[in-house]
Parts: sequence; structure tokens; C-alpha cells
Amino acid sequence: MKHLAALAATAATLTVGAGICQAANGDPVHGAQIYQRCLACHSLEHNRSGPRHCGLFGRPAASLPDFNYSRAMKATGLTWDEATLDQFLENPLKAMPGTKMAYAGVKNPQERADLIAYLKKATLDPEICK
Amino acid sequence: MSIPPQTVPATLLVPPVRRSFLSGFGKFTLSATAIALLAGQERLALVGSAEAKTPNNDVAILNAALGAEQEAIAAYQVGATSGLLQKPVLDLAVQFQGHHKEHAAALAATVKKLGGTPVEARKTYTFPVEKLKTQADVLAFAAELEKGAVSAYLGAVPILDDRNLAKVAASILGDEAMHWAVLRNALGQNPVPTAFLS
Ligand code: HEC
Repeated sequence: MKHLAALAATAATLTVGAGICQAANGDPVHGAQIYQRCLACHSLEHNRSGPRHCGLFGRPAASLPDFNYSRAMKATGLTWDEATLDQFLENPLKAMPGTKMAYAGVKNPQERADLIAYLKKATLDPEICK
Repeated sequence: MSIPPQTVPATLLVPPVRRSFLSGFGKFTLSATAIALLAGQERLALVGSAEAKTPNNDVAILNAALGAEQEAIAAYQVGATSGLLQKPVLDLAVQFQGHHKEHAAALAATVKKLGGTPVEARKTYTFPVEKLKTQADVLAFAAELEKGAVSAYLGAVPILDDRNLAKVAASILGDEAMHWAVLRNALGQNPVPTAFLS
């Protein structure tokens, strides 16, 4: 579980500095387009083959009681924020070996920043996330 | 992999096979030759061969794709039985559903062959049925699912370890991209809006 420890540690150090600047750089409008790549498995408001994303920020990984997560996801102890998402979404299977999110990831850092900026807004949308 | 049996180290013959099987996955992998030597012990051989090739995530990747296919089958069922689709669009929807069924069957069979357990379809799916009021709504909903599926396969192709499986995933990707284009065309949209898919 070395990766996870590293991810958690990096997350802790990045949250303060990089977190803020990522949010500032991310374009949520472009991020909404990037999010379409996630729509095979996710939606904001419903569980599909992947868990719903409403309320994601500040939520511990694997914390939805009605979704059947992998053991790897349950064991991370991560909390989702800009830094942890950035690292996970770049290469999910590398950041979290054993995750069920079998997807290559979003390799482009700007695309990830845009996606995260979008998620930050959309996962709190009062219309969708009641 | 045609190393003559006599060159196989003695330790690979018989006993370790049992130990590896009992001691759990990932700790000990069988060489292709050892697997060949297991001829006649199909069950062990199959587990062995999957493990021998599996420091990778192919089973998880195929299962993720299978989950999306099962959802697509259910979604087309909703569309086909909604009463909103008229012929010839209805026939098209049924045909596309048939393709997704074929994809799902092939993926499930492959997961099994690799020693994995295919994911089961969910008992219920939440679809935005309240928003499906016209034929165009149903087509747009299906188009969105097909586009999502294309992205999911694009995310699978580069990380599948087995290049033959990557080829199969690419072939399914092509099929689903065609569905997407035809659905867009039926909606009066540009059927192929971009040179690259993402
Ligand atoms: C092939 C299907 C698939 C695709 C595509 C996919 N995911 Fe996932 N995602 C999953 C699954 C399955 C899980 C649960 C993982 C586990 O339990 O290990 C998950 C988990 C997650 C989680 C953790 C949520 C929680 O409740 O802890 C986040 C965040 C996430 N995905 C974001 C994304 C984003 C953003 C994208 C698009 C770039 C995406 N995913 C694309 C299937 C997918």
C-alpha cells in the first residue's frame, strides 16, 4: 500500500498550496466537457457502475453506504479534494492499485484542473444534488 | 513458449502448483511451461494461466466495460418499450441493444476465461425516465450513453495488458461510435462532429 501512503502524504502537503492555484486555473465550462468522459460509469446524482459524485468534495473515499466499493478504495483513508482528485484521476490504477475504476485517467494536467473545477461546482449544485 | 519440458527446473513440477493455488493470488505465478505441464488439470491450469499473466488489471477493466454494457442493454430496453420510438428508429434501437448484448456476452466469457467473476447486472438502474417525453429525448439519452461508452473504451484500450484484448475493446469502441453517429444523425445533428474522440 505504498502508493496510497504516498498519495495521502502528497495530498496533505499539496492541499494548502497547489489546491488553491489549481482551483484558480481550472475552467469549469471546459471541465463539463471533460466530465462527459466519466458518464459511461458515473452521474452526479445516481450510483451507476461508479458511485454518484454529488457531495464529493470533503467526502472520505468510499463513504457512500449504498455503493459497493473495492477493498482498495475502502482502505485508502483519503478525503476527496483538489489534490487527491488530481492524483487519482491522472492514473487511477497506479494511484490506487486494485481500484474498480478501470480507466486510463485524464493525463493532461490542464484538463484535470478544468475537470476538478467543474466537479467542485457541479457536485454542490442544489438543483441536481438535492 | 515451446521450452522442452526437461529444461523446466524440478521445483516447478507438481508440488508448488498446489502451494501457489492455496497461498493466494499474486504470490507465485506459474510459467507458461508449468501451465503446459498441467494439461489435464483444466481448472488449476486456467487459474494458473490467468495469474501467470496477471500482474495487470485486465479482469477489472473488462468488468468495468461489462457494467457499462449491461446498463446500455437496460437503457435500450427502456427506450424500446417506452412507446416513444417509431419505426424505423425502433428497429435501430433493438438492433443496437442486440450489439450491446453481444458485447456483454463476449466480455463476460472473457472475464471467466481469465479466471475472474463477471459482474452481475444491477437489479435496478436509475434512468431519467421523467425527462423522456419524445422520440428525440430517447435518442439523445441513448446517444449520451453511447458517447460515454466510447470514452470508457478509449480509457480501457491503453491500459489493457493483453494486446488482443485491446484489439477487441477497440473493435467494440468502433461499433459504439457508429451507434453514436447514427443516433446523432437521427436527431438531425452533425453525425461526426470531431476528428478525434475523447
Ligand atoms: C469504466 C467506468 C468508470 C469511468 C469511465 C470513470 N469511473 Fe470513476 N469510478 C468507477 C468505479 C467502478 C468506482 C469505484 C472504485 C472502487 O471502488 O475502487 C469509481 C470511483 C470514483 C471516485 C471515488 C468516489 C467515492 O465515492 O469515493 C471518483 C472521485 C471518481 N470515480 C471520479 C471519476 C471521474 C472524474 C471520471 C472521469 C474522468 C471517472 N471517475 C471515470 C468507474 C468509472
